Amino acid sequence: MEFIFNKEEHKEEIQKFEIFIEENKDKPGALMPVMQEAQEIFGYLPMEILQLISRRLNIPLSEIYGVATFYSQFSFIPTGENKISICLGTACYVKGAEGILEEIENQLGIKRGGTTPDLKFSIVDTRCLGDCSLAPVFTINNDVYPNVKREDIKGILEKYR
Amino acid sequence: MISLEILEDIKGKVRPELENRLRKEDKYIIDGDEIGLKDEYYQKQTRIALKNCDIIDPKNIEEYIAMDGYSSLGKIVTTMKPKEVIDIVKESGLRGRGGAGFPTGRKWETAYEYDADKKYVICNADEGDPGAFMDRSILEKDPHAVLEAMAISGYAIGSDQGFIYVRAEYPVAVQRLKLAIEQAKELGVLGNNIFGTDFNFDIELRLGAGAFVCGEGTALMESIEGKRGMPRTKIYRTAHRGLWQKPTIINNVETFANIPVIFQKGVDWYRSIGTEKSPGTKVFALVGKVQRADLVEVPMGMSLREIIYELGGGVPDGKRFKAVQTGGPSGGCIPEELLDTPVDFESLGKIGSIMGSGGMVVMDEDDCMVDIAKFFLDFTVDESCGKCVPCREGTKRMLEILERITEGNGKEDDIDKMEKLAETINSASLCGLGQTASNPVLSTLKYFRDEYEAHIKDKRCPAGSCSELLRYFITDKCIGCTKCKKVCPVSCISGKVKEIHIIDEDICIKCGACADACPTNAIIRK
Repeated sequence: MEFIFNKEEHKEEIQKFEIFIEENKDKPGALMPVMQEAQEIFGYLPMEILQLISRRLNIPLSEIYGVATFYSQFSFIPTGENKISICLGTACYVKGAEGILEEIENQLGIKRGGTTPDLKFSIVDTRCLGDCSLAPVFTINNDVYPNVKREDIKGILEKYR
Repeated sequence: MISLEILEDIKGKVRPELENRLRKEDKYIIDGDEIGLKDEYYQKQTRIALKNCDIIDPKNIEEYIAMDGYSSLGKIVTTMKPKEVIDIVKESGLRGRGGAGFPTGRKWETAYEYDADKKYVICNADEGDPGAFMDRSILEKDPHAVLEAMAISGYAIGSDQGFIYVRAEYPVAVQRLKLAIEQAKELGVLGNNIFGTDFNFDIELRLGAGAFVCGEGTALMESIEGKRGMPRTKIYRTAHRGLWQKPTIINNVETFANIPVIFQKGVDWYRSIGTEKSPGTKVFALVGKVQRADLVEVPMGMSLREIIYELGGGVPDGKRFKAVQTGGPSGGCIPEELLDTPVDFESLGKIGSIMGSGGMVVMDEDDCMVDIAKFFLDFTVDESCGKCVPCREGTKRMLEILERITEGNGKEDDIDKMEKLAETINSASLCGLGQTASNPVLSTLKYFRDEYEAHIKDKRCPAGSCSELLRYFITDKCIGCTKCKKVCPVSCISGKVKEIHIIDEDICIKCGACADACPTNAIIRK
């Protein structure tokens, strides 16, 4: 589905972001921190913002696109209000993480990497959250759910609806 | 301005407070200068890189100082020449804990020898190996140890700028590091004229953005420079031309965490731990199918068996041990008969695995080795940056073969094909990711070949894990309760109430819902 970025609605955020660019544009290798800030502020990288970065840092849009598509944390679609990061590392995998992911996908009706149309939830599959002793594990925003079982999922998601 | 006297004052004031706080809980042993964790579990370990973890408050620089923190840096910059510092690191025999085991002192020496207007120190905190989390723990629980070590290496090679490249997936580590850098600057152990000398050193945090390959040194440098994180062709060592083409040393978090302790306790003490060629300790993330999944730090040379059974408590639920996977996607699966192998860089290499960053995932009889190989190849295909053909195309072809084997469509010559592919990928890839990408396949082929053959020839998964190859049967334990019939999503179960039910295998999608619903465990999978 199509997500539209409304510049007027985000006026203040854009201003805040422009100040960040101004403060950081002269440090070497500024592109990554600037894009990370944009991702943080807007929840994704709207085309309008990429064009702004291109103008301010004097880097061609094509190059910015190349960097943005290389790293999995940058997204061209909005992330939902609640970001579910499910760990698919080795320890979680041998303890059944695939089944957990499948259940979350079924419950929300979207696939990994997707956002629900009401912008409530996003599912991100991460390579390892570094909580291997709690496998299988996933996080919703900053809450960690350790040693989860398939049947727990529905109740957990209910808390964020 | 900070001085050794001020450090002593802080220690004198804070140490008793810290000890008092620890005495209130029955979790610690305080023996003269040494403070350790009490449990028998910790007594079996030797904690150097983790020595302050779970003891000090990581948000308080003074508690780090109370544990002799920053005294090594103070001593070094006020009394030692850079060359002397490098010689001590060389003599200690410390080797890179990020995976390859390159001698740290030699790396520093190379960077020291090149003259340049600018040099850099990088801490590689892009801990990407799935199943490893020691770096995260050190950064979260003892961040100052890393900062102190980076300043020491900066002094040794003549650098005034450090970068910590940390994974964005570790938000707590990022927070702690930010705070630690702030506190260190405020106290004057980072910044200009450290300990009243003309040595300046600053540290900047850079966040990763979710690319595994950025753990590779040159890819990481490209990423700091603001580009796609793709490895460089290695014409020069990074100690010669690294970040922005300047001499750069890059060390892993755990490697750095060893440095201040080596200078506090001396080379002889350090070399008395571990083995001749791999001195010191290694932290392992002992996880997967073990009773106690946790970080353990043990002297190099301890056997896999001791680590898994004495520290991890063995495999839970009465299941049989099958393999231990070390070294993440670059490592291999080690079978039961090799569990007496001592853990050091050389021994693990000889049996087709690697030390890697220290992930140690234990697997039991329910884990299919072909499926595990497929899991790692899926990872590599996803994370391959695409710069070189052998890695980009070769790993993809290998994954396709593994997929068809696990789906029951394997061909007779598939094993040969994979072995040939592996040879090409290993020898022709540009960076370590590609050069080691086939290790999970090669090691499982070497030790668990019969599992591959069962998949290919008999269309059977001995571990009962590959769903496409599974067959479900209802045994005569069936009481005819009809529960299975009700949950079956494709209605392939037939039978009357109180009679034994039957599964129509042609329609069955092998979802397992019936087995989960059965109250008498009458449904078995083979």
